[in-house]
Amino acid sequence: MGSVGAKDVPVLLTPEGLRIDGRRLDELRPLRIQAGPLHQADGSAFVEWGANKVMAAVYGPREVHPRHLQQNHKAVIQCKYNMAAFSVDERKRPGLDRRSQEISKVIAEAFESVVFAEEFPRTSIDVYIEVLQANAGTRCAGLVAASVALADAGIPMVDLVPAVAVGKISGQIALDLKKEEDNFGEADLPMALVPQSGRLVLLQMEGHMTPDELSRALDLGVVGCKTIYEKMKQALRDRYSVDPIAAGAA
Amino acid sequence: MTPEVTAEIRTSHILDLAAEGKRLDGRGADEYRHVEVVPGFVTTADGSALVRIGDTAVLAGVKLEPGKPFPDTPNAGVLTTNAELIPLSSPVFEPGPPQPGAIEVSRVVDRAIRAAEAIDLTRLCVTPGEKTWVCYVDLHVLDHSGNLIDAAMLAGVSALAHAIVPAKRFGIAESDYPLDLQHVPVECTFVRLGDTLVIDPTFDEELAAQGRLTIATDETGRVVAMQKGLVGAFSPDDVREVVRRALIHGDRLRIAARGGKP
Amino acid sequence: MSHGQRTGHPRRGREDSSSHPSGDRVLVLPGQEIPSQGLKPGPGTYRVGGKVYASILGLLAPKPPFLQVIPLSGRYIPKPEDVVIGTVTDAQGTFWLLDIGAPRWAPLHMTGTPWDVEIGETEKFLRVRDSVIVRVENLDPTGRIGVTMLGDGLGKLEGGTIVNVSPARIPRVVGRGGSMIETITRHTGAQVAVGQNGRVWINGTPDAMLRASEALRLIEEQGQRRGLTERVESYLISTSSSNDQGPGVAPHESAHRDAPAHSVPPVGPADERIDPDTVGPATDEY
Repeated sequence: MGSVGAKDVPVLLTPEGLRIDGRRLDELRPLRIQAGPLHQADGSAFVEWGANKVMAAVYGPREVHPRHLQQNHKAVIQCKYNMAAFSVDERKRPGLDRRSQEISKVIAEAFESVVFAEEFPRTSIDVYIEVLQANAGTRCAGLVAASVALADAGIPMVDLVPAVAVGKISGQIALDLKKEEDNFGEADLPMALVPQSGRLVLLQMEGHMTPDELSRALDLGVVGCKTIYEKMKQALRDRYSVDPIAAGAA
Repeated sequence: MTPEVTAEIRTSHILDLAAEGKRLDGRGADEYRHVEVVPGFVTTADGSALVRIGDTAVLAGVKLEPGKPFPDTPNAGVLTTNAELIPLSSPVFEPGPPQPGAIEVSRVVDRAIRAAEAIDLTRLCVTPGEKTWVCYVDLHVLDHSGNLIDAAMLAGVSALAHAIVPAKRFGIAESDYPLDLQHVPVECTFVRLGDTLVIDPTFDEELAAQGRLTIATDETGRVVAMQKGLVGAFSPDDVREVVRRALIHGDRLRIAARGGKP
Repeated sequence: MSHGQRTGHPRRGREDSSSHPSGDRVLVLPGQEIPSQGLKPGPGTYRVGGKVYASILGLLAPKPPFLQVIPLSGRYIPKPEDVVIGTVTDAQGTFWLLDIGAPRWAPLHMTGTPWDVEIGETEKFLRVRDSVIVRVENLDPTGRIGVTMLGDGLGKLEGGTIVNVSPARIPRVVGRGGSMIETITRHTGAQVAVGQNGRVWINGTPDAMLRASEALRLIEEQGQRRGLTERVESYLISTSSSNDQGPGVAPHESAHRDAPAHSVPPVGPADERIDPDTVGPATDEY
């Protein structure tokens, strides 16, 4: 935390089992997804998730730049995760940093695991994720936004990819950590699921958990991902469904 | 720059229309697109505004942090303006360090804020020569459908107008207080299409343009900054004409910057 | 259009209709399982463990013996024989590269033109930013898109302008049996040539081109809605000025600019191949 005069560790869990924002352990923050808000990109999505605001855009498949990255048998998936300078409490200096580069890499690899890239040899599918306002879980919010943007761009893939972080606060496994829980909790485990196959394509973890806690965290994350998956599908249906009452609107 | 090639016949068509006083999107030469300002879009910033001009969108965030004043201005705060023309917003932008286009946007906006004395920088001074507020204005382009300078300026000034100095958080004062603007500069950009000077160009119009002219004005009727860009030329009478028009449109944009309906 | 009217309207005799009881096609999303009904996985689908899933966002439109999903978004994916409109991005010794809005630039070889081009002199015939109407000839597994300018209605585009619409909207731009194009040309007097890649060339007076572009914008925005033809027609009627040719007058007065080098028919050969019943949401009476 960049703020001056950091407070003592807050109470993350009440005796009644409620979290600092009143959620239960297995409850997600409010999630709103809008498909296709941008005009220049081939596909885009905006995600508001708790106090996170994340925009994603997809360009391609298109000619590869720089050319040496071109792959003869498939599309290369290039991902850029970036945080706006004003997205965090202490201004973030614009430009590349190691954290953003690592996140970009694991997200690109998550999508490479689901996109039918061999349909577009020698091209590039460019995924841009801009974190406009951050409050823990931005890589998951970015991945969700980018996944909806990929579908919006008509990219063929195995499935949409919902993602969520599971963590440990006050010794308990909790779904979808917010900033204070992430800062003062004992563990954070972001994951992304392919619902069609039931497999995870992004998995990271920091902190400490027993194997049993980890096992429960994975189960909770899968359940959370399925809820998020439904919201992703609904966002795309809202954008593309044939107007059911068009006759009246004519 | 990603190679994006625009068809010559599209450019010719835009010029042909302009010769008849018409534009591709049906606007008149002096008609601005719909303007929308959403102040406070980002709560992690001390001030912010999302601006939409037609399909163009720019998000500005203001951050204030304690720092050291410059040795030659020990009694003044520090203002830093930075524009990010991120590849998310247009197929013509590439990842990497700021390109000349981004630097031009940030400098043109910065000049107008400074020259208009939008912020009283001396009020940002905490201890002369030692401690002052550093005010960062970050301009994040989200959707590039033309006229980034006006959108970035409007977003920046609106974010400043709504900014709160986080004095309590940094232990500098008992409570936070509004940054307050002394003046409200806004920019109006025109491009030459043949003999016509059209306001608020779209991306296609910028590609067809034979010169771009940006005029920054403030609410007192002063011209506080100008920038001629792109390949092309203007006569002194052209400049006089767009200044007159920039003042009229500027007043509408200033209402929007304050969060009102333009 | 009420539902009652629609059901009373013959379903255009297609045997491959995937219509729901409502008459609307089903929107599917990547990863969504599709009842295979004994059909094989076709474009926009994949099979895992005996089940078929959609791989893209689109409309389910089985075409026996294949299941297929027709995209509603995304870049133009070339198919052989498609007539497309492109812009020259590069001129090399023996070929040009065209941006046709596809994943890759398409090479047009000098032998694929009606001209007698000498090696190294490609720029004498086509320069960067010139626009052309060509046909997709072949696609190879490396993603190379071969195009040709040899054929009726193909050539360099002179004058007019290009309007971009989503490739998924092209069936609506054409309309049933070319009816939408016919509506636009009849009311504006503009010449129109449609590329399957979502690029539409229009030529006429500046006013005609402006109104035709606006009609295309309406189709782009409202292509998923019913009553589109009526809306486009009423827009065109409401904007026709007194000195314009009114509806019903066959408009052959066209370009104030030079005529095309190759005559491009108002409705190109591409249009006849488009069957609005097989592509695009069947929610309008074309």
